[in-house]
Amino acid sequence: MSETKATAFFARFRSLLALALMVLALSLLSDRFLTADNGWNILRQISVNLCLSIGMTLVILSGGIDLSVGAILALSGALAAGLLKTGIEIPGTDILLQVTPSGAILNGLAAGAAAGWINGFAITRFKLPPFVATLGMFSIARGLTMLWTGGFPITGLGDAFGRLGTGAFLGMPTPVWIMLALTGVFIVVTKRTRFGRHLYAVGGNVRAARLTGLNVSRITIAVYSLAGALAGVAGLIVTARLDSAQPNAGLGYELDSIAAVVIGGTSLSGGRGSVAGTVLGCLIIGVLNNGLFLLNVSPFWQQVIKGVVILLAVALDKANARNRDS
Amino acid sequence: MSPSAPVEGEVVIAAVGIGKSFPGTRALDGVNLTVRAGRLLALLGENGAGKSTLMNILAGVFPPDEGTIQLEGRDVRFANPQEAQSAGIGIVFQELSLIPYLTVAENLFLGREPLTAAGLIDTRRLLADSTALLRRLDLAVEPTALVADLRIGQQQLVEIARAISAQARVLILDEPTSSLSGHEVEVLHGLIGDLKRRGVALIYITHKFEELAAICEDVAILRDGRLVGEALFRDLTREAMVRLMAGRETKELLQKTPHPPGEELLRATGLSLTGGDVGRRFLVENVSLSLRRGEVLGVFGLVGAGRTELLEALFGLHAERMTGELLIEGRPERFRSPADAIAAGLALAPEDRKRDGLVLPMSVAANASLASLQHTLRAGFVSESREAEHIQPYIDRFRIKLASIAQSVVDLSGGNQQKVILAKWLATAPKILLLDEPTRGIDVNAKREIYAFIDELARAGLGLIVVSSELPEVLALSDRVLVLREGRLSAEFSRAEATPERVLHAALPDQGRLAS
Repeated sequence: MSETKATAFFARFRSLLALALMVLALSLLSDRFLTADNGWNILRQISVNLCLSIGMTLVILSGGIDLSVGAILALSGALAAGLLKTGIEIPGTDILLQVTPSGAILNGLAAGAAAGWINGFAITRFKLPPFVATLGMFSIARGLTMLWTGGFPITGLGDAFGRLGTGAFLGMPTPVWIMLALTGVFIVVTKRTRFGRHLYAVGGNVRAARLTGLNVSRITIAVYSLAGALAGVAGLIVTARLDSAQPNAGLGYELDSIAAVVIGGTSLSGGRGSVAGTVLGCLIIGVLNNGLFLLNVSPFWQQVIKGVVILLAVALDKANARNRDS
Repeated sequence: MSPSAPVEGEVVIAAVGIGKSFPGTRALDGVNLTVRAGRLLALLGENGAGKSTLMNILAGVFPPDEGTIQLEGRDVRFANPQEAQSAGIGIVFQELSLIPYLTVAENLFLGREPLTAAGLIDTRRLLADSTALLRRLDLAVEPTALVADLRIGQQQLVEIARAISAQARVLILDEPTSSLSGHEVEVLHGLIGDLKRRGVALIYITHKFEELAAICEDVAILRDGRLVGEALFRDLTREAMVRLMAGRETKELLQKTPHPPGEELLRATGLSLTGGDVGRRFLVENVSLSLRRGEVLGVFGLVGAGRTELLEALFGLHAERMTGELLIEGRPERFRSPADAIAAGLALAPEDRKRDGLVLPMSVAANASLASLQHTLRAGFVSESREAEHIQPYIDRFRIKLASIAQSVVDLSGGNQQKVILAKWLATAPKILLLDEPTRGIDVNAKREIYAFIDELARAGLGLIVVSSELPEVLALSDRVLVLREGRLSAEFSRAEATPERVLHAALPDQGRLAS
């Protein structure tokens, strides 16, 4: 039995154990916790964060960070909502193009991917630190969202689009379907494709990756584009669920997704971690939020507790890594 | 605070029965060492003999697994380098540990800055103290200069000055002269005399025997993690020291099989690489070379001669700074990236395995297959079973000792890590293998194996360029030897012509200048 497999297993098992303990405790503390309705509720609630966090996992695995995903979420949602609601006028003419729900969705995704591509381009072409490049994009995307919406919510988007957020198929809410599908796809992408291997290699040792002939720039740009597109997916889900694009949607979500990734055991220095771990991280945060709400803990305390959980999770992870190194 | 100066000859620090293991290697085994006041102990040994590990233990960088350290007769245990420092143990590391974007003065007094009554840094005194210190040490460096703007040799002297000014009772110097000019070496040796008179106990690691006559009293020799000799310097001949260090002649490590080289694989004409941040116009200047199938071409040079840069240039790593022509199997090539070079049949095993060669968080299998993932696909996806089939022959061929190919590459010994890198490149079926310091930090048995593999690969028809700073290694392995000096080709020898003296002379800058 290889030691790394054992420790990796233990690390995952430990987060699972933490989750199980939380579920157990909450089901004892609140009779409203362990119900089917509440279960769907939690899954629906984490679907947005999980979309963002899958993208964030790719970015962090590659050795970077993305502070712009919350802002890209808002931009994608607003763009899709605006296109759907009012169409788009061809400049200099009176022609107004109507946009179908699927057209709006595609545009939202494309906007997210494009914003992410710009992040990747800035990082590789101009050698900007990811922190700075995505901080810039954070501001740009927030500003564009305000310009596009004029600062007001865009509401009344129609049933067809709304199903993306509130619909269900075979008894399971659409956002949960999307979340499961994306999770499956990206577990395969990270673990079973050349791109995934290259991603781990770039994050684990960029110099070695370059000397092995990997195209580090192309991989980096792809990673940020995917993170942007996934933020777009999250933006569409949020917008559809509320039947409204809020200009301030996704405020602070980038931090929640970083928290989920880190709690899920992915190393902020890159090259180590997994999408599966991030799913657990999202579940832990989601269950914690839900449980504290059910227990009528004040939202202020909720924040404090969430912070403590993040610190504990990472401290445990570090202690584990130290034990293995020495 | 400062105790009376110890009497000359009194034991200041002693290591007793020190043992230390790292995953896969026994770095030190039952080592005893005593260092006396006012004397300099030269610690000798080949690369990987355990010198640096021992010094790191004395300086509190990490604790020993077994054994104790006694400072002036008392057992001490350092939790970290700061504790060792405040106990009076100073160390100048081989790698510079200065902060580049602080000034010389700030670096000299880092962590013990003079303070004003208000608790702020007393910049005036900092500057005055630094100026005085630099003058005392005869260092022509402005205390207000940024360390990043200094030459490497100057940085090294600043580092030494810092250690000296900390009033250490024990001072460890790890290859302090590797980038010093002749004059700077004299300055340093003057300082060493000064320190001895003040009763400081000195440990000096070096590969340069010539330096020792002027400064050295005692000698200790490590080999494969054990102390194999301890004597007064005047009782040892140079030959005796070399014999103790090596244990055996490097040539004995390899029975080279003579065989005629085949057709030309690679020809470089007028290869130049403009400088990075070293302050020299060319890192590699107008170098031409050729390599045949089945040939091992050795490249020797001192630190800074451009050895690594030459290999990297051939491998397409600095396309934008490189000029010159390159023919691979007669075809003109212009590599824009390593990927191009790999596609043309080249492979490069870099000098610093951990920094450039391996992705440490990944498994052995993932590292070994990284350059040839296209052979691990099933229906477009990476398949672990295909991957295992693909790399296992290379793991077997290089006899890599593993628990499993899924094990983390971090836990392997240096020799096995190097073999994983060789496996990775052989899995791309290369025609030309560039090896940069292929046995650095590797124990002697793995070294012997790697030599045998190099010979075997040449016989199998590869062309190999082996860069090494170990002269015996270059001489043992090579069919031909090229010597680099300050980025330029200074000599070429056939195997028969290449004697240690000739090759070394061609590599040394000063003599070269006299000859030309």
